[in-house]
Amino acid sequence: MASHLFCGRVNLNILREAARKDLREFLDKCSGSKAIVWDEYLTGPFGLIAQYSLLKEHEVEKMFTLKAGRIPSAAVKNIVFFVRPRLELMDIIAENVASEDKLQPRDVHILFVPRRSLLCEQRLKEKGVLNSFTNIDEYILDLIPYDGDLLSMESESSFRECYLENDQTSLYHAAKGLMNLQALYGTIPQIFGKGECARHVANMMLRMKREFAGSQTQILPVFDTLLLLDRNVDLLTPLATQLTYEGLIDEIFGITNGYVKLPPEKFAQKKQGEGGKELPTEPKKLQLNSAEELYAEIRDKNFNAVGAALSKKAKIISAAFEERHNAKTVGEIKQFVSQLPHMQAARSSLANHTSIAELIKDITTDSWLYFILCNMVRNAHLNMPDVFSQTALLSCVSASEDFFDSLTVEQEFMTGVDTDKVSTYIEDCIAQKDPLIKILRLVCMQSVCNNGLKQKVLDYYKKEILQTYGYKHILTLKNLEKVGLLKPQSTMRNNYPTIRKTLKLWMEDANEQNPNDISYVYSGYAPLSVRLTQVLARPGWRSIEEVLKMLPGPHFEERQQVPTGLHKKRQPGENRTTLVFFLGGVTYAEIAALRFLSNMEDSGTEYIIAATKLINGTSWIKSLMDSPEENLP
Amino acid sequence: MAFVTANWNPLGEAFYRKIELYEMGWNLKDGLRECLVAAAPYGGPISLLKGHNRRSPSDRPQLEIYSSSGLPLASFPWKSGVVKQLGWTVSDDLLCVQEDGTVLVYDLLGGFKRHFSMGNEVSQSQVLETKIFHSPYGTGVAILTGALRFTLATNIDDIKLRRLPEVPGLQGAPSCWAVLTQDRQSKVLVANGSHLFILDNTACTPVTPPGLSPQASSIVHMCVSFSYKYLALLTDSGHVWMGTSNLKEKLSEVDTKIKTPPKQMAWYGTLLLFPSAVVMWDGLLIVVGECKETIQYHLDDDSILVPELDGVRIISGTHHELLQEVPGACEEIFKIASMAPGALLLEAHKEYEKESQKADEYLREIKEQSLLSEAVRQCVEAAGHEHEPETQKTLLRAASFGKCFLSNFPPEQFVSMCRDLRVLNAVRDYTVGIPLTHTQFKQMTVQVLIDRLVYRKLYPLAIEICRYLKTPEYQGVSRVLKHWACYKVQQKEESDEVIAKAVSVKLADAAGISYSEIATKAYESGRTELAIKLLEFEPRSGEQVPLLLKMKKSPLALSKAIESGDTDLVYTVVMYLKNELNRGDFFMMLRNQPVALSLYKQFCKHQEQDTLKDLFNQDDDHEELGNLYVKASYKDQRLEARIALLQSAVDEYYKAKNEFSAKVKTSDSPVTVTFFSSIQKSFLPQTFDQKCTLLFMIKTKNHNKYCCLSHRDMEGAAEAAIERRNESEISTVLSRCSATTDHLLMERLNRAKATAVKK
Repeated sequence: MASHLFCGRVNLNILREAARKDLREFLDKCSGSKAIVWDEYLTGPFGLIAQYSLLKEHEVEKMFTLKAGRIPSAAVKNIVFFVRPRLELMDIIAENVASEDKLQPRDVHILFVPRRSLLCEQRLKEKGVLNSFTNIDEYILDLIPYDGDLLSMESESSFRECYLENDQTSLYHAAKGLMNLQALYGTIPQIFGKGECARHVANMMLRMKREFAGSQTQILPVFDTLLLLDRNVDLLTPLATQLTYEGLIDEIFGITNGYVKLPPEKFAQKKQGEGGKELPTEPKKLQLNSAEELYAEIRDKNFNAVGAALSKKAKIISAAFEERHNAKTVGEIKQFVSQLPHMQAARSSLANHTSIAELIKDITTDSWLYFILCNMVRNAHLNMPDVFSQTALLSCVSASEDFFDSLTVEQEFMTGVDTDKVSTYIEDCIAQKDPLIKILRLVCMQSVCNNGLKQKVLDYYKKEILQTYGYKHILTLKNLEKVGLLKPQSTMRNNYPTIRKTLKLWMEDANEQNPNDISYVYSGYAPLSVRLTQVLARPGWRSIEEVLKMLPGPHFEERQQVPTGLHKKRQPGENRTTLVFFLGGVTYAEIAALRFLSNMEDSGTEYIIAATKLINGTSWIKSLMDSPEENLP
Repeated sequence: MAFVTANWNPLGEAFYRKIELYEMGWNLKDGLRECLVAAAPYGGPISLLKGHNRRSPSDRPQLEIYSSSGLPLASFPWKSGVVKQLGWTVSDDLLCVQEDGTVLVYDLLGGFKRHFSMGNEVSQSQVLETKIFHSPYGTGVAILTGALRFTLATNIDDIKLRRLPEVPGLQGAPSCWAVLTQDRQSKVLVANGSHLFILDNTACTPVTPPGLSPQASSIVHMCVSFSYKYLALLTDSGHVWMGTSNLKEKLSEVDTKIKTPPKQMAWYGTLLLFPSAVVMWDGLLIVVGECKETIQYHLDDDSILVPELDGVRIISGTHHELLQEVPGACEEIFKIASMAPGALLLEAHKEYEKESQKADEYLREIKEQSLLSEAVRQCVEAAGHEHEPETQKTLLRAASFGKCFLSNFPPEQFVSMCRDLRVLNAVRDYTVGIPLTHTQFKQMTVQVLIDRLVYRKLYPLAIEICRYLKTPEYQGVSRVLKHWACYKVQQKEESDEVIAKAVSVKLADAAGISYSEIATKAYESGRTELAIKLLEFEPRSGEQVPLLLKMKKSPLALSKAIESGDTDLVYTVVMYLKNELNRGDFFMMLRNQPVALSLYKQFCKHQEQDTLKDLFNQDDDHEELGNLYVKASYKDQRLEARIALLQSAVDEYYKAKNEFSAKVKTSDSPVTVTFFSSIQKSFLPQTFDQKCTLLFMIKTKNHNKYCCLSHRDMEGAAEAAIERRNESEISTVLSRCSATTDHLLMERLNRAKATAVKK
């Protein structure tokens, strides 16, 4: 059930088991049959911890979504609310509880996730229902194991909260989560960090360590280093379009809590004699994690390399099925049959991913082809036959054209081409009323790559956007300015080129099929955050002091005392383990890049990744938007 | 050594021994006569109330508390009502049940803690008899009222009074009764003459003990064992019936041949092989067991029995003794002519000390049966059950001697026994007076023992024990130090500085100290300044906040909350301040704390929009005010209101010197567009959008036909193309036109194309 958590270097299942144990203990505290009323947002994260079967074992008979009014009737002894500590939810709960049947009193419990809150309890008290609760408890769910090497807090808008609203709640939870992690996996001896939030989290951790002094557990440290990175140190990476398989799935369809919903047409069962039957209308829901062998293999590949990998796999599988003709003796047949379930699973997984790849191709391919050619021209100075370019150009229509064009513009920005002028492409997109988020992504990217835009350019973009998309977006623009994604150029020199050169953020000859550098995840651009991580491991941050000073926020190093006798004795050749924590979210491409570093032969470091949330440019910008709903008569 | 068995008495297959624990240190004139006495189990303290029936104010009864060795702990005149019963709770608090049903709680050193009532019914009909009992849920009180009804509270820390059903046919006080704990419920067993009843929450069930001898016409005494497993009944014919407390099984029945009612009856430890009971009359003590025989002891003095887990303590005016079954290991070793391996090992060691070769012979004898490890184990175990340090040492030396001839013998048992004994001998000391047996010690755990020492304010001893047993610091030393500090801050005679310094010096190195608890104590005893000083030492800023709020030190509370990083805590303080202060002061205070201010703004955004406006106004944050107006304008349904709000927004942006926002707003077309869009969208959303797009294209001279085409706005595209007189563009538009719908347009385009070609 949780096999994907075992496969990594660190057994994250310990964390999951600890979380499950707490859940069971709470459920057993409310004896008798029960119904859970869910804060809808929590169902996703909880799905990563426990399935319905676990709840059922503990006499959970009904589940409802938290809604105003009355709780639907259910013949249970207990009502349990699973909620985030939010005031608006407290009002709903109060209403629910107040309309409970007085004649048949049921025990009501409340479980705060991830932490109980005095403020919410106060609100319940004001509403006069606090005493109706038999149990008020908290369920500490900070870092949720997501995959074998990935932890997420699933905290929806932590970037917005930290940088826009100056609300550091999620950082407090991050620090608490790291303390819990250390309780299970031992004290992390070294902490590095870059950025204001990173500093804040590290400070809180050190303070908490002092507070808990004396109650530490004696566990051999599993992690050697913790690296805390602020998202605003690297604003560029999430803005760029991810080009790994998993990254593209996320960009196009969106992955939530490890699941993706796909248009059903491609997945229709093609059975003979049933042709013409109506297509399923429900979106196809797939779980994506490394428990699926094929997915683990291709998720982090550049999309251009996925096709080859899929066809190779297809050959292997069909070869395996062909084996049955060679099976002569009973023993051989038996062995073949014993492998069947595994092979069938592999086949259906292959079918699924071929379909997904096709879906992605529909959106990207035509332009892709052209894009590759252009890249070739640019990189290898090949002379491309005119006809070829013409045909390629002509075939670029609508969706795929968009994809390619914006990719080209992105790459131009990242390489520093014409970042100080108004981009005609962006102008066109605005005129065509392309999705606003796409525009914002591009404009922000230009601003970031130019270390701010000239006042005239900035004002022009803003005016265009407001006039096209409506004046209400002035709020969104102001938000983007506040977090530094959009800014007027200051007197300071544009230092992005220096950063790009020192950290080798742009690699001209990115090899997508057999990558030798992390830049393959964006077909040329090496994510800044991951470069920082790479440099930290070798040769160390001291070599890039200058660049670090250009990036926002302080950088620091802290050491935590490990009790004597627990110092790790590393075997020669044994890798170090580093936990990289992205405060404000991480993209799938960055994860892929870090996995690539872990797997590099001579890297000497393996990475476990933690983040407040898994993001992509779209979801990220969306979280920063503020568009008041039109209240029409 | 030779006298080890001198105080042994056989009963059936077992031996019983009576050990003197202490010669009592108290000096009681009349012994225990005319006293209410209560002694706590596990070697706990003893309380005496002399002349509890006296009512005259000139001659008040005296309440005295002693340690088990008879050293005075407290003594004060009793000024409240008539006390019916004394008893101790599991945490060494003294309970005094008064006639009117009020229960007063005192600590071990005579300090008054609290009082509670057992209900109206009890206070009206007065207390007739009462019993204090211990169950897994804590300490309970059971009361028989003057109305012959029982009222019960199972846990005095969480009082839920229960009134039990009536006992049928009860005319006067029942001959005897006891409290049982069965099936997670406390019940009362009542004897009325020869009838027995069990009372639980709902019913009164008559029961008969199996095999009770028929001569009996009345049950005069009963008692329940420590674990509620066994029951003993004494009948008026002098028979003691012993059986299980569920009355399903009879263990034995013994005739004591004494028909007078006894003073007290108690069970002996139930951990032992042969459960047995002790019955006490004036000057006589009888031990009855499974067999028909009895052991009789003569008592010189008035005494009381204190049942323990593994024996009975007998406290008289002058002595304190322990009566127990001789534990198996001791019996094996010390029984006369015992050939048990332990006995042989002890002998071998004795010979070895005498440098006699017999030592080798004995050793060989054990080793030949390969029982040496068994022998060592016996010696270690027996040492644990012995009270004399000399005997303990002899046995441990023998064990250590035997260990030399064993390879791979696990040392844990020996080592931990040595440690345990050292601790036990320390607390058994006359000055401490906690006569625990090893079995009791293991049952009560070190934690509880430390607690007991702390209640007695024996801090140095407690700390020494923690250090010696290597208890984890925050459970051991730190906890003791915390208690010490809590006590210290209540000492009124010393100045704040002196105490704060003393506390910080002592506690400096201890990990995991909760200074806020100490500070709370200081605050409770009216020393606010000291409390604040102490809070400074608290590393957990979260812990400081509630107390600081209680002490009305809100600015400090706010900064501590912010320091902790726990935003919920910050919110709590902010909400508290909001209710406490007037608005101006409140805003001022927030202004100095940006973190709190931004959190409060978030709160207001969702909960109190108006307050938000006030906040921005106060800060002259015109930018945000402008934003606020923009937002509001979208909420309003009336057009005029919208325009007005937008105008306010424009004003605010001007004030904020945000030229851009203001200009975009007021410059000709956009403002119309904004208004238009807000008006028109409600009527003709589709078409209007397209027109808008078009307008801009023309205006900015950045025409792109694809864009119009993609919007299917043929007319717009055509117009644009014609205006630019670009042939290829016109053709593209043409190619998209369909002959049926865009007939007129096509004509126009064709004409334009022709002119364009000419040029």
